[in-house]
Amino acid sequence: MAIHYDLKDLERWEALVSEQVAEFELDCYPQEFEICDHVQMLGMMTYHGMPAHYPHWSFGKSFEKTRTLYDYGVQGIPYEMVINSNPCIAGLMRDNSLALQILTMAHVYGHNDFFKNNITFAHTQAEHVVARFKAHADRIRSYVEDPSIGASGVERILDAAHALSFQCNRNQQIKRLGLQEQKERKIKSSLLTDEDLGRLHEQLVVEPDENILMFIRDNNSALLEWEKDILTIVHEEALYFQPQMETKIINEGWACFWHREILNSLDLPDEIYLEFLVRHNQVVRPIPGDLNPYNIGLTLWDRIEEKELGYARRHAEEPISPEVREKLFEIREVDRDASFIRRFMDRETLEKLDLFVAEPQDSDWIVTKIARDDEWKEIRGLLANSVGLGSIPRIFITDMNTSSTNTLYLEHEYDGRELEANYAEKTLEHLYSLWRHPVSLSTNLNGSEATYLISEDGAALQRGVMDDEFHIYHYGLDI
Amino acid sequence: MSAIFRPYSPSDSQQSDRSSGDRQRHREKLREALKENIADVISEQSIIGRGPDSIVKVPIRGIKEYRFVYGQNQPRVAQGNGDTEPGDQVGKIKKEGQGEEGPVGDQPGEDYFETDVTLEELVEIMFEDLELPDLEKKPLRVLETLGARKRAGTKRAGVRAHLDKKKTAKNRLRRKLIRDRQQETPIDPGEEESFSFDKRDFRYHRRKPDIKYQSNAVVLCIMDTSGSMTVMKKYLARSFFFLLYQFVRLKYRQTEIVFVAHDTIAKEVDEDSFFHKGEAGGTKISSGYKKALEIIEERFHPTLWNIYAFHCSDGDNFSEDVPLTLKLAEELCKKSNLFGYGEIKPGGVTSWGVSMSKNFEKLTSDNFVTLQITSKSDIWPKFKAFLSKEREPLELEEG
Repeated sequence: MAIHYDLKDLERWEALVSEQVAEFELDCYPQEFEICDHVQMLGMMTYHGMPAHYPHWSFGKSFEKTRTLYDYGVQGIPYEMVINSNPCIAGLMRDNSLALQILTMAHVYGHNDFFKNNITFAHTQAEHVVARFKAHADRIRSYVEDPSIGASGVERILDAAHALSFQCNRNQQIKRLGLQEQKERKIKSSLLTDEDLGRLHEQLVVEPDENILMFIRDNNSALLEWEKDILTIVHEEALYFQPQMETKIINEGWACFWHREILNSLDLPDEIYLEFLVRHNQVVRPIPGDLNPYNIGLTLWDRIEEKELGYARRHAEEPISPEVREKLFEIREVDRDASFIRRFMDRETLEKLDLFVAEPQDSDWIVTKIARDDEWKEIRGLLANSVGLGSIPRIFITDMNTSSTNTLYLEHEYDGRELEANYAEKTLEHLYSLWRHPVSLSTNLNGSEATYLISEDGAALQRGVMDDEFHIYHYGLDI
Repeated sequence: MSAIFRPYSPSDSQQSDRSSGDRQRHREKLREALKENIADVISEQSIIGRGPDSIVKVPIRGIKEYRFVYGQNQPRVAQGNGDTEPGDQVGKIKKEGQGEEGPVGDQPGEDYFETDVTLEELVEIMFEDLELPDLEKKPLRVLETLGARKRAGTKRAGVRAHLDKKKTAKNRLRRKLIRDRQQETPIDPGEEESFSFDKRDFRYHRRKPDIKYQSNAVVLCIMDTSGSMTVMKKYLARSFFFLLYQFVRLKYRQTEIVFVAHDTIAKEVDEDSFFHKGEAGGTKISSGYKKALEIIEERFHPTLWNIYAFHCSDGDNFSEDVPLTLKLAEELCKKSNLFGYGEIKPGGVTSWGVSMSKNFEKLTSDNFVTLQITSKSDIWPKFKAFLSKEREPLELEEG
């Protein structure tokens, strides 16, 4: 589909698209488009769209992997890459046909509107993002160039910090109280004996804390300033990316909903219109055996509209009503994937999407629950629990021994899903390398309580509770 | 307000390879990982018997980024074709190392990278962290060869390539200083006329032949090719010979390799028939050793050559041949730097102790080693053990 066009054509079409964006009252940051080739696009994907990013081997790995998948035709390169910043920056593949560029620009405006208005992004300070990442990169490079630290010193801390970066507060809207305030709250809320009070004063953990990197930074006095700074940088970047993980389905659905609406409202030549239909269907089709966030997101938004309207609108013929739009705008402000699914995924939608639960049996995945049966709520619950940060085990710091051992106690909030043991051990080694004192993590393995313990002697897994027989497995450890 | 477009510029695209440093570091880490998996790699059929420049594609386990993740066997939600029924099989669970298909979430799949290395590089990586004995110190085993010529002072005539620039420039300066002194009025530096080189200034390097001490080595591969040596046994033997040859080749400027195949009689053969042509019939190990000693006598005198001899067999030998075998083995020990006997018993230890290795217990030479190889995974550790024998006497020498 070689439709020749130049930058002038793009600008002309963009003007028409943004006219519709205004018409529909989408509320966007100023938009910037960069035309790039596939190498630049791979670079953007690798560094999450950031024009400047600190160096780490994992990005090299990510680049190689994406390129290999692309070279072998396993995975294409996206038509666009857009980041949450003000102004909003998006890369457009120059190989895209004109129809694809129009669709992509409209899609980007959908994301742009979502970034600006959804509450999960409220803390990201979009206007400073690019400068902040640049400053992080500069600082990390300065540590690399410092002869007393060097590349390997930086890498050691970055490796460990990356392993723990998403073990952080999951909801930025809930303000975490300071230690003193937590103590006051505890004193107010419960009857404490003098002994309890005495102990409370010494405690460094009152309420369970899931901010592992920040806890280590603030409580391990052995860390050097540059080490603390790297932990801060990695934590800040994780907080920036967190909302994108939390809103994959709702955000892609939103962008698809609006690109369809915008392109339907433009007076497209037949050739372009037909290609738009083909491309749109490619993007939003279901992927059997997997979950396509575009498909699920768009289906949910359509379902919400249908309920508001009382019937399924024919998108190409009838424009969206301003009242329904208002309702959709409200939802796009307050929901993230988990709440979006819990609130709007009804039995009918589940059936339409043919969502099912599969469980491992011997060496096969076997369907155990389907939406048509009465278990549809369980399917919805499982889906809502596994999207976004639901895919990352939730682990809290529950206590810290303030005596000489300085042992840090962690607890995995077990919800029926077990930790992958090998990954847990290796991640604990990273944690130990930052904390530098014993770390204990309690969880559940094969139906019974289990504790991983890591200290100078290496890592050990203790199965069973205190009174039971201890089975201790030792693992080699080099830190 | 309309959007800003930044047009594509190819030069940006050239510069935009900002991931190159990170890719470089990632590759270094892959190389380290390769080193750890080297035992698996060398037991791959495909790398043995190739030229040093040939490219080897090595699949290695990617560098993992560990995080807290959920285990693989958890229920998942996925999408169907529209008519999914309970009990449908919707994918297979694959074992560790194979990745996974079917309803895939964000599970810790295995990353595999295929990396291209030359065999040369691979060998280098293999031996990188094997504290190699410094073989070239052996005084008796060096050979004087006519190497490059060495500088020895200067002369007034010669070819331009041998011009001694420094000396020539000095000569010119000296001549100029003498002239300046002789002139009454000093020359104003601003009006300095050009003072060109003169034929008298030129000096050339004088060269003399340089005697270099070169060390030569020969690897004697002796193998039982009797009927009982199966393809698998030969393959294990071959892997070991491959390592030995690569190792020796790395340490000596000139390395030869000789193949001696034997059943009841021995002959020197080329590589191909050594590994691929099977013989039938019984075994007389002494015949192989006798042939090896003959070859040493004829072509590889021990004063000029470092000799590494290695014999692979499955341990069966005519019992009446044992005394002669032991005698010749002792002889071989005297002439070699290292003589090894590898008993190849794939599938485990059945007759270990009653076969040749038992007989070899009587052999007490310092540089004699027996090994047993039962599987591919034995090869690398056994090879390292073999080399450690080479190290011992040297440590004594130096200590």
